Amino acid sequence: MAIIDLANPTRFLNLAHRALPWLIEITGALFVVGLYLVYGAPDDYQQGATVKIMFIHVPSAWLGMFGWLLMSIAALGTLVWRHPLADVAAKAAAPIGASFTFLCLVTGALWGRPMWGTYWVWDARLTSVLILFLMYLGVIALWRTVEDPSRAARAAAILTLVGAINLPIIKFSVDWWNTLHQPASVIRLGGPSIYPTILVPLLVMALAFTLLFVTLHVAAMGNEILRRRVRALMLMQAQSAPGSGE
Amino acid sequence: MSPLAALFIRDIRLAIRVGGGGGIGVLFFLIVVVLIPFAVGPDLNLLARLGPAILWLGALLASLLTLDRLFAVDHDDGSLDLILMSDTPLEFAVAAKAAAHWLTTGLPLVIATPLLGLFMNLDAKASAAVMLTLLAGTPALTFIGLIGAALSVALRRGGLLLAVLVLPLTVPVLIFGVAASNAAIVGPLPFGTPFTILCALMLTSLVVGIFAAAAALRHGME
Amino acid sequence: MNLGPHANFIIAAYVIAALVIIGLIVWVELDNRAQRRHLKNLHAQGVTRRSGPTP
Repeated sequence: MAIIDLANPTRFLNLAHRALPWLIEITGALFVVGLYLVYGAPDDYQQGATVKIMFIHVPSAWLGMFGWLLMSIAALGTLVWRHPLADVAAKAAAPIGASFTFLCLVTGALWGRPMWGTYWVWDARLTSVLILFLMYLGVIALWRTVEDPSRAARAAAILTLVGAINLPIIKFSVDWWNTLHQPASVIRLGGPSIYPTILVPLLVMALAFTLLFVTLHVAAMGNEILRRRVRALMLMQAQSAPGSGE
Repeated sequence: MSPLAALFIRDIRLAIRVGGGGGIGVLFFLIVVVLIPFAVGPDLNLLARLGPAILWLGALLASLLTLDRLFAVDHDDGSLDLILMSDTPLEFAVAAKAAAHWLTTGLPLVIATPLLGLFMNLDAKASAAVMLTLLAGTPALTFIGLIGAALSVALRRGGLLLAVLVLPLTVPVLIFGVAASNAAIVGPLPFGTPFTILCALMLTSLVVGIFAAAAALRHGME
Repeated sequence: MNLGPHANFIIAAYVIAALVIIGLIVWVELDNRAQRRHLKNLHAQGVTRRSGPTP
C-alpha cells in the first residue's frame, strides 16, 4: 500500500482505526516513563523543584508551534495539490495546537510567578506566543464561520500560511531581543546546554507529548471525515425530501 | 483610460461620495481619541506619554472599520465577479483598490494627527513623529487588512471575524510605530531604527497582503 | 516528594495540564460518538452514500 492510498478517506479511516490502539498504548507508556523520570529529576540549583514545570511548559511550546507547522504543510496540500485529506488534517490540528499553546502560556505564567515575580511580562517570546494563540482562535473561528468545507479549507489555508511568519519570530525572538525569557538551551548551535539529568526527562516528556498530539490528531481527523459524511448525507436528504422542489 | 486607473478612480469616488470612506474614518478617529481622556483622566503628563499609543490605536481601529467594506460592497453588487473575470491580473486590481482605500482612509488619518495631538498634549515634535510613523504605518494596516477583508468577503457577519483575523497580524506594525514615535519623543533609541523596521514591515505587508488577498478572493469565489 | 516553597505552582501546572489533556481526549471521544450516532440515524432513515431511489 502506497502513501498515496492514504489520500482516500475510507482507507484513512481503516488505517486510523487499526493504528489508534497502538498509538494510545505507546503514548501511555511514554507518559509513564516520562513522569517517572520527572519524579526522579534533580532540583535545579537555582530554581529548586520549580524546574519541574519546564517538563510541561517546553513540550507544550514545541507542540503549539508544531501544530501551526503541520497546518501550514496541510495548507500547501490544500492550495497546491488539492489533496483531499489536507483540509481534514488542517481543521483537526487547530484545536489541538491551540490547547497546547494555551497550556504553554498558563504553565509559563505559573513558572514565572515564583521565578520572575510576575505572571506575565510583555517580552518578545511571550508576546509572540500569545499572538500565536490568538491566531489559532482566529483560524478556528474562520473554520466555523464559512459554511462550505472546501471554501473554509482554502480560506484557512491562506490565513495559516500568512500566520506562519510568526513561527520563526517565536523561535528566534529570544535571540533577537534579550529581555526576560531565557535564551534557547536545547535546539541551538553547539548542542543543548542542559545537563543530561534534566535533558533526558525533558526529551522523553517531549516525545510523550508529541505522540499524544499525533494520537489526538489521527482521532480528530477520523471524526472530521465522519462529520463530512454526515453533512453530505444530510444535504442529499434535504435535496430529495418531498416538497423540496426537486 | 486603463481598467486599473478606472477601478482606482471608481473606488475613490465611491469612498468620497458614499460617506463611508475618509470622512467617517477621521470622525471615528476623533471620537476615540476624545474618549480616552475621559477614561484615563485629564492628567496632561500621562496623556502626553500615552499620546502616540492612543493615536496609533485610533488609527488602527478606524482603518479596520472601513476595511469591512473594501470587497464586501463589490461582492454584493456583482462587480467583484467582473473584476475576477477581467484580463487585468487580480493582484493589480487588488493593489489599486488598496491604494484607493489608503488615500481615502489612511491619509486623512495622517493629516488629522496634528489636531488630535493637541488633545493628547503632544508638542510639535511629537506630533510630527507620530504623523511620520502613521504615514509609513497606515499603508501597512491597509495591506494587512486586505487579507482579512478578502477572507471574509462572502460572510454575512464578517465584520468581527475580520477584526479577529487582522488584529494579531497588525501587532508588529503597532509595536514599531509606537516605538518609533516614542523614540523621537523621549529617546534613547534613535528614531531611525524602529522607523526603518516599520518601513520594512510596510513593504513586506504590501507584497504579502496583495498576493494573499488575491489568492483568498480567487479561492473564495469558486 | 519535597517540592520546595513553590509547591503550589508546580502542582497547579500539572493539574491544569492534566485537565487540558483530559479535555482534549473527552472532546475527541464525544465528537466521535456524536458523528457515529448521526450516521446511524441517517442510515436508519434510508439515506446512503450510493445514490439510490428515494423512499
